[in-house]
Amino acid sequence: MSSVTGERISTGRIGDSISRPDGTPKVQGSYAFSSDLSAENCLWGATLRSPHPSARIMSIDISGAYRIAGVEAVITAADIPGSPTYGLISSDQPVFASDVVRYVGEPIAAVAADHPETCRRALAAIVVVYEVLEPLVDPERAIDGSHPDIHPDGNVIRRQRIVCGDPDIVGDVVVEDNYEIGMQDQAFLGLEAAMALPDDDGGGVSLYVATQWLHEDQKQIAACLGVPLSKVRLTLGGVGGAFGAREDISLQVHTCLLALRTGRPVRIHYSREESFLGHVHRHPVRIWMRHHATSDGRLVKVEARMVFDGGAYASTSSAVLINGVTHAQGPYRCENAVVDGYAVRTNNLPCGAMRGFGVVQACFAHEGQMDKLAAACGIDPVEIRLLNAMVTGDKLITGQIIENVAPVARCIRETAALPLPDEPVGGHDHDPMRLPGGAGRTADSSHIVRGIGFAVAIKNLMYSETFDDYSTARCRLSDGVVTLKFATSEVGQGFITIAGQIARSVLGFDNVVIDSIDTDIGSAGSTSASRQTWMSGGAVNAACIKVRDLLFAAVAVSHDVDPSSLTVDGGDIVDAAGVFRISALEAASGLSFDETVEYHHTPTEDLDENGQGNCHTAFAFVAHRAVVDVDPELGLVKVIQIATAQDVGRALNPLSVLGQIEGGIAQGLGLAVMEEIIMANGHVRNPSFTDYLLPTFLDMPSVIASLIEEPDPIAPLGAKGVGEPPTISSTPAIVAAIRDAIGKPLNRVPVRPTDIIGLSAFPSI
Amino acid sequence: MSESVALNEQYELHVNGEVRPVRDSWLGESLLYVLRERLGLLGSKGACEQGECGSCSVLVDDELVCSCLVLAASAVDQSIVTIEGVAPIGSPSDVQQAFVDAGAVQCGFCTPGLIMATHALLERTADPTEFEIREELSGNVCRCTGYGRIIEAVQRVAVSRRVSGQA
Repeated sequence: MSSVTGERISTGRIGDSISRPDGTPKVQGSYAFSSDLSAENCLWGATLRSPHPSARIMSIDISGAYRIAGVEAVITAADIPGSPTYGLISSDQPVFASDVVRYVGEPIAAVAADHPETCRRALAAIVVVYEVLEPLVDPERAIDGSHPDIHPDGNVIRRQRIVCGDPDIVGDVVVEDNYEIGMQDQAFLGLEAAMALPDDDGGGVSLYVATQWLHEDQKQIAACLGVPLSKVRLTLGGVGGAFGAREDISLQVHTCLLALRTGRPVRIHYSREESFLGHVHRHPVRIWMRHHATSDGRLVKVEARMVFDGGAYASTSSAVLINGVTHAQGPYRCENAVVDGYAVRTNNLPCGAMRGFGVVQACFAHEGQMDKLAAACGIDPVEIRLLNAMVTGDKLITGQIIENVAPVARCIRETAALPLPDEPVGGHDHDPMRLPGGAGRTADSSHIVRGIGFAVAIKNLMYSETFDDYSTARCRLSDGVVTLKFATSEVGQGFITIAGQIARSVLGFDNVVIDSIDTDIGSAGSTSASRQTWMSGGAVNAACIKVRDLLFAAVAVSHDVDPSSLTVDGGDIVDAAGVFRISALEAASGLSFDETVEYHHTPTEDLDENGQGNCHTAFAFVAHRAVVDVDPELGLVKVIQIATAQDVGRALNPLSVLGQIEGGIAQGLGLAVMEEIIMANGHVRNPSFTDYLLPTFLDMPSVIASLIEEPDPIAPLGAKGVGEPPTISSTPAIVAAIRDAIGKPLNRVPVRPTDIIGLSAFPSI
Repeated sequence: MSESVALNEQYELHVNGEVRPVRDSWLGESLLYVLRERLGLLGSKGACEQGECGSCSVLVDDELVCSCLVLAASAVDQSIVTIEGVAPIGSPSDVQQAFVDAGAVQCGFCTPGLIMATHALLERTADPTEFEIREELSGNVCRCTGYGRIIEAVQRVAVSRRVSGQA
């Protein structure tokens, strides 16, 4: 059903900027997203959600819903045959709340009916009586114990300290500050959607869903349904963006339960408001940091306290926390550190994965600190970063040695060397539309001030702390056609494009077909943590190499050549001496090979109580420079240009890499100046695209990007993941530019007009 | 309370040059819902339901509108063009091809709406400046690309139309 199935990729080897194999169906509107799927006799499903952040459920009366014609099923917690809870790391989140609700939007019941409007009326006819409780919304109260536990697992999800070197050392120069990051939404455009088809015997279900990780969904769904894994088959429905929000279960279990209850296909489509409530978000975080340095600007010690508000359920909070605390030093050499971090439970919306995963928050704080340090030492912000830039072989505050290529200084230098915009404030044509405020025509160009900011980031790639997030790929060669199969979620990032490029480069055949993306093969792990190019790319590469070696062996026998001397040269197989040459197509005539490979990264370790251990797999680096124009009277910001140099290892598809860079920067810009889910005592104030602002064509400036290509010998193709770094240091670079323009501290993102004017006091909303 | 949904409206829409009957529908259905669920034209996408994102853009009497904001039954006498009416499957328009070639597509959910908006823009302004492209397409939100490659695609079409004398 997934429309990526069976599409033929015609040309393009590793390093070529070929276009996407799913591009034509996507521009023509014929690509099947998960929300485009339907089946004969299909019902609509919908979910009843809590209006309260904290309440006891006294009673649920579903009889009114059943009195509406067209309603086929109403289910609650009482109808769950298996585990009543699910969760990515700990199973702490109810499929349906039954005794208490812990956040606004928590599911309580689901209905299946003949029409979306019938569903809406059925939900309205369910009567739930609540005893409303005082919500826990201040993360500090979760830590200090002044609020009763809101969950049997307690209010602190995880605490992690890092102590390294001399904790008592004091630098010549000391700077400290508080930083705050608001709750960002992934805001993918393709809303949550799934369709479940029950087996004829009612014993199992097939689910078509937009997700980041088919096998993890399968595991959690099967547990909740109380059936073996083999009874739950997942196929990737076309995915309209993900950015972390599809890593957790949302509608998967509900859709399957309704299909099994009714014996009919059921589909659920979230509305935008429901989407804001129904998936996890980027953690809001409060950070205190104190940096110590020598008088000439060398980092001596980093101290930090970080509090991540995980919301009502754990999701990936414990892993996000670890990313935050272990990246507190940034991409800078530092031998001493004392870091204390908490991920806590509150009655705010649950938070989990979003592009950058804990490092976005840490980077906003450490880059603010580096600028303060530069000012205190009287050193240029770029120079102080170069002075402290880490290199391969440096030891992190966790004791882990950086083994990857680490071109931090090169990222900084190349970013700084990129040309600045040549147009003055308002542009050469003095068009007032170019000023902050745009069509509002509110700014007077003589009052506009320009600023420049710089920021640098380190980001871990792949999963951490002993997790074996392997990937599986199958390569079949038959009659000169290569068929690749994997369960890697294509969410828009373009993995199917580079998979074809890898296969063509390794095997020399032009015809590569991508098979259905489903659970009929082993796990690929999640499309997250900038890991699929490395992990699934590594698996595809290894599977293709196995097939190639079998083909070489066959050629060696049939043509009496040494198989170890053979290589692929374009579309030919040649020997080292250049004497023997045969086209790959001719060599493979009549032959078939079929190989499946699992690719595993090097094992990692847990952190000990002092935060020491080789917990991460690999690292990538990036630098950003932002130029902004600010109207200090109206508090308006226009970002004029972003320049970036990014450590990509090797660009398998430069056009695709550029797309990740520009798109990631747009999300970093959003966090810097406009995007925030505003919570008020546990209630969401802006769950819509009218009130939650996203960068448009007018907000996003031109990007100048330089790809730093130093192939990493540790990476299977020399290529590092590129998805997350653009989102990480773009935010602090933009805020640094605003600070540069107006000379105010601005320690909270998103920066609001009132922060620029000076009408609001940090950190109130 | 507890009232069933009346699925009894009958009317006709003029879509992509064809008369399309709509049967047994609820009067409250949006044009987006009817196009997708009753006429099987799935290329128009719903992403915000408030006219903020442009993913559901179609032409109604040559005007670019958000089909999520139009009541289907109110469009009975109007000419509607959807993404499916832009070009036959397998033969993309110049705008569609440029989006593919320039890397303007990632997840693709916003893409049909942007294709509609770009065709409308180039009808109005054959050779737009970068600033005009940004201003005119600002009603269409893309979350994946950061817009850079989309602008590149639009500029490529304008140039190639100028070179081939279409503009």
